[in-house]
Amino acid sequence: MQLARVIGTVVATIKNESLKGRKLLVVQTIDKNLQSIGKPMVAVDAVGAGIGELVFWCRGKEASFPFKREDTPTDCTIIGIVDSEQHVTR
Amino acid sequence: MIIARILGTVVATKKDERLSGKKLLIVRPINVDGSDTTGYVVAVDTVGAGFHERVLVVAGSSARLAQGMKDVPVDAAIVGVIDTVDVKEL
Repeated sequence: MQLARVIGTVVATIKNESLKGRKLLVVQTIDKNLQSIGKPMVAVDAVGAGIGELVFWCRGKEASFPFKREDTPTDCTIIGIVDSEQHVTR
Repeated sequence: MIIARILGTVVATKKDERLSGKKLLIVRPINVDGSDTTGYVVAVDTVGAGFHERVLVVAGSSARLAQGMKDVPVDAAIVGVIDTVDVKEL
Protein backbone atom coordinates (compact mmCIF):
# COMPACT_ATOMS: atom_id res chain seq x y z
CA MET A 1 0.00 0.00 0.00
CA GLN A 2 1.20 3.51 -0.73
CA LEU A 3 0.20 7.05 0.08
CA ALA A 4 -1.04 9.18 -2.77
CA ARG A 5 -2.80 12.41 -3.57
CA VAL A 6 -5.88 12.40 -5.78
CA ILE A 7 -5.10 14.86 -8.58
CA GLY A 8 -7.75 14.23 -11.19
CA THR A 9 -10.52 12.22 -12.73
CA VAL A 10 -10.84 9.98 -15.77
CA VAL A 11 -14.03 9.54 -17.77
CA ALA A 12 -14.41 6.44 -19.94
CA THR A 13 -17.84 5.76 -21.38
CA ILE A 14 -16.82 2.61 -23.21
CA LYS A 15 -15.36 0.22 -20.69
CA ASN A 16 -15.34 -3.42 -19.73
CA GLU A 17 -18.76 -4.41 -18.37
CA SER A 18 -17.21 -5.36 -15.05
CA LEU A 19 -16.02 -1.76 -14.48
CA LYS A 20 -19.46 -0.24 -15.02
CA GLY A 21 -20.37 2.34 -12.37
CA ARG A 22 -16.87 2.52 -10.91
CA LYS A 23 -15.24 5.91 -10.33
CA LEU A 24 -11.79 6.35 -11.87
CA LEU A 25 -9.36 8.82 -10.30
CA VAL A 26 -5.82 9.92 -11.14
CA VAL A 27 -3.52 9.43 -8.14
CA GLN A 28 0.00 10.74 -7.66
CA THR A 29 2.07 8.62 -5.29
CA ILE A 30 3.83 10.58 -2.56
CA ASP A 31 6.56 9.77 -0.08
CA LYS A 32 6.50 10.20 3.70
CA ASN A 33 7.36 13.88 3.29
CA LEU A 34 4.33 14.24 1.02
CA GLN A 35 6.52 14.87 -2.03
CA SER A 36 5.51 13.37 -5.36
CA ILE A 37 7.35 10.26 -6.50
CA GLY A 38 6.91 8.42 -9.78
CA LYS A 39 4.23 8.88 -12.38
CA PRO A 40 0.50 9.33 -11.77
CA MET A 41 -1.68 6.22 -12.08
CA VAL A 42 -5.36 5.67 -12.70
CA ALA A 43 -7.08 4.05 -9.72
CA VAL A 44 -10.57 2.70 -9.10
CA ASP A 45 -12.19 4.33 -6.08
CA ALA A 46 -13.52 2.01 -3.36
CA VAL A 47 -14.07 4.56 -0.58
CA GLY A 48 -15.52 7.72 -2.12
CA ALA A 49 -12.37 9.86 -2.33
CA GLY A 50 -12.27 13.27 -3.96
CA ILE A 51 -9.77 15.53 -5.71
CA GLY A 52 -7.04 16.90 -3.42
CA GLU A 53 -7.48 14.24 -0.75
CA LEU A 54 -4.67 12.22 0.74
CA VAL A 55 -5.41 8.53 0.25
CA PHE A 56 -3.73 5.18 0.27
CA TRP A 57 -3.98 2.66 -2.48
CA CYS A 58 -2.97 -0.91 -3.15
CA ARG A 59 -1.85 -2.49 -6.36
CA GLY A 60 -1.82 -5.94 -7.86
CA LYS A 61 -4.54 -8.55 -7.73
CA GLU A 62 -5.46 -7.47 -4.22
CA ALA A 63 -6.79 -4.23 -5.71
CA SER A 64 -9.89 -6.12 -6.82
CA PHE A 65 -10.69 -7.41 -3.32
CA PRO A 66 -12.83 -4.43 -2.21
CA PHE A 67 -15.20 -5.24 -5.06
CA LYS A 68 -16.60 -8.47 -6.45
CA ARG A 69 -13.16 -9.95 -6.40
CA GLU A 70 -13.39 -12.44 -9.26
CA ASP A 71 -14.97 -9.89 -11.47
CA THR A 72 -13.34 -6.45 -11.25
CA PRO A 73 -10.30 -5.87 -13.47
CA THR A 74 -8.28 -3.34 -11.51
CA ASP A 75 -4.62 -3.34 -10.48
CA CYS A 76 -4.79 -0.06 -8.56
CA THR A 77 -7.54 0.78 -6.05
CA ILE A 78 -7.97 3.55 -3.49
CA ILE A 79 -8.76 1.74 -0.24
CA GLY A 80 -8.59 4.48 2.37
CA ILE A 81 -8.67 8.22 2.98
CA VAL A 82 -6.10 9.72 5.36
CA ASP A 83 -7.84 11.99 7.88
CA SER A 84 -5.41 14.86 7.38
CA GLU A 85 -1.77 15.58 6.59
CA GLN A 86 -1.15 15.93 10.34
CA HIS A 87 -2.05 12.26 10.70
CA VAL A 88 1.00 11.23 8.68
CA THR A 89 3.68 11.01 11.36
CA ARG A 90 7.27 10.65 10.28
CA MET B 1 -4.13 1.07 -14.31
CA ILE B 2 -2.19 3.09 -16.81
CA ILE B 3 -3.22 5.37 -19.61
CA ALA B 4 -1.93 4.28 -23.00
CA ARG B 5 -2.31 5.08 -26.67
CA ILE B 6 -2.91 2.42 -29.31
CA LEU B 7 -0.07 2.28 -31.80
CA GLY B 8 -0.85 -0.81 -33.83
CA THR B 9 -2.07 -4.34 -34.08
CA VAL B 10 -0.51 -7.76 -33.75
CA VAL B 11 -1.62 -10.73 -35.81
CA ALA B 12 -0.72 -14.18 -34.51
CA THR B 13 -2.34 -17.16 -36.20
CA LYS B 14 -0.77 -19.76 -33.95
CA LYS B 15 -1.46 -18.95 -30.33
CA ASP B 16 -2.89 -20.43 -27.17
CA GLU B 17 -6.40 -21.54 -28.05
CA ARG B 18 -7.87 -19.52 -25.20
CA LEU B 19 -6.58 -16.43 -27.01
CA SER B 20 -8.34 -17.23 -30.26
CA GLY B 21 -10.78 -14.54 -31.29
CA LYS B 22 -9.10 -11.96 -29.06
CA LYS B 23 -7.75 -8.77 -30.63
CA LEU B 24 -4.13 -7.99 -29.78
CA LEU B 25 -3.02 -4.36 -29.85
CA ILE B 26 0.30 -2.60 -29.34
CA VAL B 27 -0.08 0.20 -26.80
CA ARG B 28 2.37 2.79 -25.52
CA PRO B 29 1.98 4.16 -21.99
CA ILE B 30 1.42 7.93 -22.00
CA ASN B 31 1.49 10.64 -19.35
CA VAL B 32 -1.70 12.20 -18.00
CA ASP B 33 -1.04 15.28 -20.18
CA GLY B 34 -1.11 13.06 -23.26
CA SER B 35 2.63 13.13 -23.99
CA ASP B 36 4.29 9.90 -25.01
CA THR B 37 6.61 7.83 -22.85
CA THR B 38 8.90 5.11 -24.10
CA GLY B 39 8.29 1.41 -24.53
CA TYR B 40 5.22 -0.53 -25.48
CA VAL B 41 3.03 -3.39 -24.33
CA VAL B 42 0.97 -5.92 -26.26
CA ALA B 43 -2.49 -5.94 -24.69
CA VAL B 44 -5.69 -7.85 -25.34
CA ASP B 45 -8.63 -5.65 -26.27
CA THR B 46 -11.88 -6.23 -24.35
CA VAL B 47 -13.78 -3.09 -25.40
CA GLY B 48 -13.31 -2.64 -29.15
CA ALA B 49 -10.75 0.16 -29.08
CA GLY B 50 -9.35 1.66 -32.27
CA PHE B 51 -6.09 3.07 -33.62
CA HIS B 52 -4.63 6.07 -31.77
CA GLU B 53 -7.31 6.07 -29.06
CA ARG B 54 -6.42 6.68 -25.42
CA VAL B 55 -7.24 3.63 -23.38
CA LEU B 56 -7.04 2.22 -19.87
CA VAL B 57 -4.74 -0.78 -19.51
CA VAL B 58 -4.81 -3.17 -16.57
CA ALA B 59 -1.61 -5.14 -16.00
CA GLY B 60 -0.76 -8.26 -14.07
CA SER B 61 -3.12 -10.99 -12.94
CA SER B 62 -5.95 -8.45 -12.67
CA ALA B 63 -6.10 -8.45 -16.46
CA ARG B 64 -7.70 -11.90 -16.25
CA LEU B 65 -10.56 -10.54 -14.17
CA ALA B 66 -12.01 -8.54 -17.05
CA GLN B 67 -15.21 -9.90 -18.49
CA GLY B 68 -14.43 -12.52 -21.14
CA MET B 69 -10.86 -13.00 -19.93
CA LYS B 70 -11.40 -15.77 -17.39
CA ASP B 71 -8.51 -18.27 -17.52
CA VAL B 72 -7.04 -16.54 -20.57
CA PRO B 73 -3.22 -16.29 -20.45
CA VAL B 74 -2.88 -12.48 -20.49
CA ASP B 75 -1.09 -9.96 -18.29
CA ALA B 76 -2.29 -6.79 -19.98
CA ALA B 77 -5.85 -5.98 -21.00
CA ILE B 78 -7.50 -2.88 -22.42
CA VAL B 79 -10.56 -2.29 -20.21
CA GLY B 80 -11.73 1.19 -21.21
CA VAL B 81 -11.65 3.87 -23.89
CA ILE B 82 -10.89 7.23 -22.32
CA ASP B 83 -13.13 10.21 -23.06
CA THR B 84 -11.41 12.79 -20.87
CA VAL B 85 -8.61 13.04 -18.32
CA ASP B 86 -8.97 16.01 -15.98
CA VAL B 87 -5.93 16.67 -13.80
CA LYS B 88 -5.52 19.59 -11.41
CA GLU B 89 -2.03 20.52 -10.28
CA LEU B 90 -2.29 20.98 -6.54
